[in-house]
Amino acid sequence: MPESHIIAEGLTKRYGDFAAVDGIDFDIKAGESFGFLGPNGAGKSTTMRMIAATSLRTEGRLEVLGLDANENGPEIRSMLGIVPQADNLDEELRVRENLYVYGRYFGLPRAVVNERADALLEFAQLVEKKKARVDALSGGMKRRLTIARALMNEPKVMLLDEPTTGLDPQARHVLWDRLFRLKERGTTLVLTTHYMDEAEQLCDRLVVVDHGRIVAEGSPASLIRSYSTREVLEVRFGTDKNEQAAKTIEGIGDRVEVLPDRVLVYADNGEQALSAVTDRGLQPVTSLVRRSSLEDVFLRLTGRSLID
Amino acid sequence: MSEQTQSRRIMQGIYSRNTRSVVSRGMRVIARNNWMIVLTGFFEPVFYLLSMGVGLGALIGSVQFMGVDVAYAAYIAPALMAVSAMNGAVYDSTMNVFFKMHYAKLYQGMLSTSLGPFDIALGEIILALFRGLLYATGFMLVTTLMGLNLAWTALLAIPAALIVAFGFAAFGMAITSYMKTFQHLDFVFFLMMPMFLLSATFFPIEVYPEQIQWVIMALPLWHGVDMIRMLTTGIIDFSIIWHVLYFAVMIVVGMFFATHRLKSLFLR
Repeated sequence: MPESHIIAEGLTKRYGDFAAVDGIDFDIKAGESFGFLGPNGAGKSTTMRMIAATSLRTEGRLEVLGLDANENGPEIRSMLGIVPQADNLDEELRVRENLYVYGRYFGLPRAVVNERADALLEFAQLVEKKKARVDALSGGMKRRLTIARALMNEPKVMLLDEPTTGLDPQARHVLWDRLFRLKERGTTLVLTTHYMDEAEQLCDRLVVVDHGRIVAEGSPASLIRSYSTREVLEVRFGTDKNEQAAKTIEGIGDRVEVLPDRVLVYADNGEQALSAVTDRGLQPVTSLVRRSSLEDVFLRLTGRSLID
Repeated sequence: MSEQTQSRRIMQGIYSRNTRSVVSRGMRVIARNNWMIVLTGFFEPVFYLLSMGVGLGALIGSVQFMGVDVAYAAYIAPALMAVSAMNGAVYDSTMNVFFKMHYAKLYQGMLSTSLGPFDIALGEIILALFRGLLYATGFMLVTTLMGLNLAWTALLAIPAALIVAFGFAAFGMAITSYMKTFQHLDFVFFLMMPMFLLSATFFPIEVYPEQIQWVIMALPLWHGVDMIRMLTTGIIDFSIIWHVLYFAVMIVVGMFFATHRLKSLFLR
């Protein structure tokens, strides 16, 4: 059993009467990739800030690398790499200076900081940009620089708050590749996301959070197994007719869900479900059979299908 | 419990003894980008001095300071120095801190490292003092060339200006911890304006009725003006001790207050 890196019990953050995080428990092991999945406002970022000891918890226990988070901010952060949701690079400094100065904030010697800055420029594929102004970088480059910066102290744990939000697909894949390399090196990754593909790519284990509470926990595969079927059939009948068609479909597969633009049929065999639908005399405009994904789990658990 | 463990407990979670890195970041930025701001901050009091000291001074001639006649320009020069120390320190510790906190997210980045809020606050205050030192030295050079420093004690006006700046910076930092929007900052500048105009800056405090004099003398700027004026004119009496003491208390209270507000300022 690997040691625990982060332990939370009954972790709570209240702002006045509002509980942003409402009594959650989790235990993140060394070397693990752990994800917080949830809609906007579920309490993911607040949880991340409490782990980083930049937000003080109201109640419960939170131990990060063996230290109490409310009491030991600087000591804890010396072992963390923090990638915030919005880039907060130092715009008054150039690209390489951002790494250098950040390393100095950890109290590391100049020689060490210089050496690491060069190595990380390489890692982040930013060597050519080392003298560039930060505001001249693309979104993907800024993100990579933020991640490189977070690695200056060779952290044991990386906290990544929505690492790829707002990036184009190519930039996301480059970033995933870099994160995967960290994972291979044994760095513990803790990330929040509302992208299901990201969670599936990167997380060994994840919790689904909604309204400040954990509603499910497990590996991506086990969550799909417990909360969805193996396959999903998507059929479209046209905006006005979906509702009507769904009534006829009812009974096929495990579960039927109506979205404004399509009807989802959860079934272990999508092709069989499709022929069952046509057997009932329905002619969908388009149909698609796909593997069930975390998105289906997410929509089911957080009850936030596109209808509301 | 020994004194050392006591102080360690107060600093627990907010201080990592690495203020140096915050200061050196600031120096790097001043050297690269902000020398313009430094330059404009230097010229402001010089322009006041030229228009009011030289211009109005030609009409006014001299005013009495502690019973001695002093040329008008030499009378207001030390006051302008105190005002610029105040303005620089308040600007840095309120507006600048607020901007770096909420817009540039600079502190958010710093607080992703082992730095604590106290490292950052102290670093910012030291940087504000450094800027104050540049302004004060530059201004002294100008007033010396204009022959407005009447005694060798004028040299002490530079450390005196730093004391004034320190007092205001410590308080400004504490006040910023209560700010939620830029509009709240307007309130600070709204208070500073009358303090600038009425603290015996441009005319002797004796023109006021006694009750008003007491009010003015309760405000920090008057102490700064009177202290620096004593030093540059060489007309010094025992009361300068009270001015130094006033700022000593202001610094201690301000730092204590700011330190205790740091968690609410930085760790929301």
